[in-house]
Amino acid sequence: MNQMTEKLYILFLFIGIFTVSCGRETSDRKDNQSPITIAGSTSVMPFTEKLAEYFMLDNPDYVIDVQGGGSTAGVQACINRTVDIGMSSRRLKDDEKSLRDITICNDGIAIVVHPGNPLNNLTIDQIRGIFNGRIKNWKELGWIDRKIDAVSREEGSGTRGSFEDLIMNKMEIDDGIMVQDSNGSVKEVVATDPYAMGYISLGLVDERVRGLSVDGVAPTTENIKDGSYKIERPFLFLINGTPDENTQSFIDFVLSKEGQIILKKEGLIDIL
Amino acid sequence: MAFQKENFIKFILMVFALSSLFFLFLIFAFILIEGLPLFLKVGLKNIIFGFKWAPTKGSFGIFPMIVSSFLVTFGALVVGGPMGLSCAVYLSEYSGKKMKMLLKPALELLAGIPSVVYGFLGVIYIVPLVRNYLGGSGFSLIATSIILGVMILPTIISISFDALMSVPKSFREGSLAMGATKWQTIYKVVIPSAKSGIMAGFILGMGRAIGETMAVIMIAGNALKIPTSILDPLRTLTGNIALELAYATGDHRLGLFSTGVVLLVIIMILNYMANFGIKKKRLK
Repeated sequence: MNQMTEKLYILFLFIGIFTVSCGRETSDRKDNQSPITIAGSTSVMPFTEKLAEYFMLDNPDYVIDVQGGGSTAGVQACINRTVDIGMSSRRLKDDEKSLRDITICNDGIAIVVHPGNPLNNLTIDQIRGIFNGRIKNWKELGWIDRKIDAVSREEGSGTRGSFEDLIMNKMEIDDGIMVQDSNGSVKEVVATDPYAMGYISLGLVDERVRGLSVDGVAPTTENIKDGSYKIERPFLFLINGTPDENTQSFIDFVLSKEGQIILKKEGLIDIL
Repeated sequence: MAFQKENFIKFILMVFALSSLFFLFLIFAFILIEGLPLFLKVGLKNIIFGFKWAPTKGSFGIFPMIVSSFLVTFGALVVGGPMGLSCAVYLSEYSGKKMKMLLKPALELLAGIPSVVYGFLGVIYIVPLVRNYLGGSGFSLIATSIILGVMILPTIISISFDALMSVPKSFREGSLAMGATKWQTIYKVVIPSAKSGIMAGFILGMGRAIGETMAVIMIAGNALKIPTSILDPLRTLTGNIALELAYATGDHRLGLFSTGVVLLVIIMILNYMANFGIKKKRLK
């Protein structure tokens, strides 16, 4: 009896291993198309996913695999050729210039506060002061006597990189500033803390947070397009060498009128 | 035939048992290989006692994070220690069978709750509470300590409980026979005899608190400065690695591995201390 059960167990174990290993081999091959792999900036990712969804709707036999990882990881993966397309939300550094960058759209960075905050406008110098640790209290900006709970992004983030380039002007972000690791977390903090201030991608601003005007210019798509709102950055697709046919057709789709309209609907600034 | 099979099974089990050791070795080797080069390049002192963390600009000081890690760990002990010990004493000395049957599975459930859930609850409830009643942004040392204190409860309780249970019955009977009350017996006889085991529980709880990542990232605020009050945000060693790993390349990435090396050494010391405590108990 005992031996029987033992044998049965071993049998089941083997069946299990066998089916699992077989499953792997067959299920991944729906058709002959190899998937287009895309990885990089978490800011660009949700929009790429959206584009991929639409693209696969029209072309059911394409498989597009979109992953995050961050701008720098996207650049690295593209250099190593582990992905077909890298995504970046910051411009390429000099040692990364071997890659070809394609601007798929532009994005504003909005300085956001809680909707209950009465302030409407800040100067670039004031924003710099807040993140530099020079301005610590809302009183200095003409509101109540309360510490500013400023939130930044982590070192290496594309959004942080652009923010440093566009606002900080070589000044350092203070050590006392809180750090969150995604646009979403920053938004969550600002949406729940009435005294918080942070910066996120303009495409993600909704009724839960309020974007402030900078130097009197409101963060809107029109103002970015005509160049009056200065805090903007490109969303880039990166490719290494000549892309294969599948990859090229996805890029063409993104740059087409249809793709650009999708991006525009998501609150980004199209390049048409 | 039977003998051969016996040996075969023994061999298989041994291979699996040793594989855990092998994985431990791999983890050690991997972290050291990745982490040590930066220590050689930048210098041990500049990393461990450096105050500035700006890895993309060549500063790799993690001293504030070491301090912060110990602060939250200490905070967690302050919150979870008395609660855990009381629970263990109640379970081993006072509670009846029914209560034990209710509390034990509940504690096991508490241990099984994923840390991201703790973090989520922290963000939704504890952080606003701290912000509204104590001030600051709410993302703070105190909020993190409270959440970690609850998270280490199961560890502290189960190990202290085992230690208390292993105190021989004759100790208690002797004390009661001398005319001591039950509380006097617990306070003067049972807890002191179980001291090293309870300490081991606290130390393992510390290990859990210092290694916790997800919940901490969500509620600590992750500012780089050493907190000057319990309402200030802070960044722990584990938080630093998890926050920045996704974007890190080159020296930045090595810097995160160096953070890992420091963390590993701290955990090793804590575990060693806990084992030492448990062993001492057995020798008695």
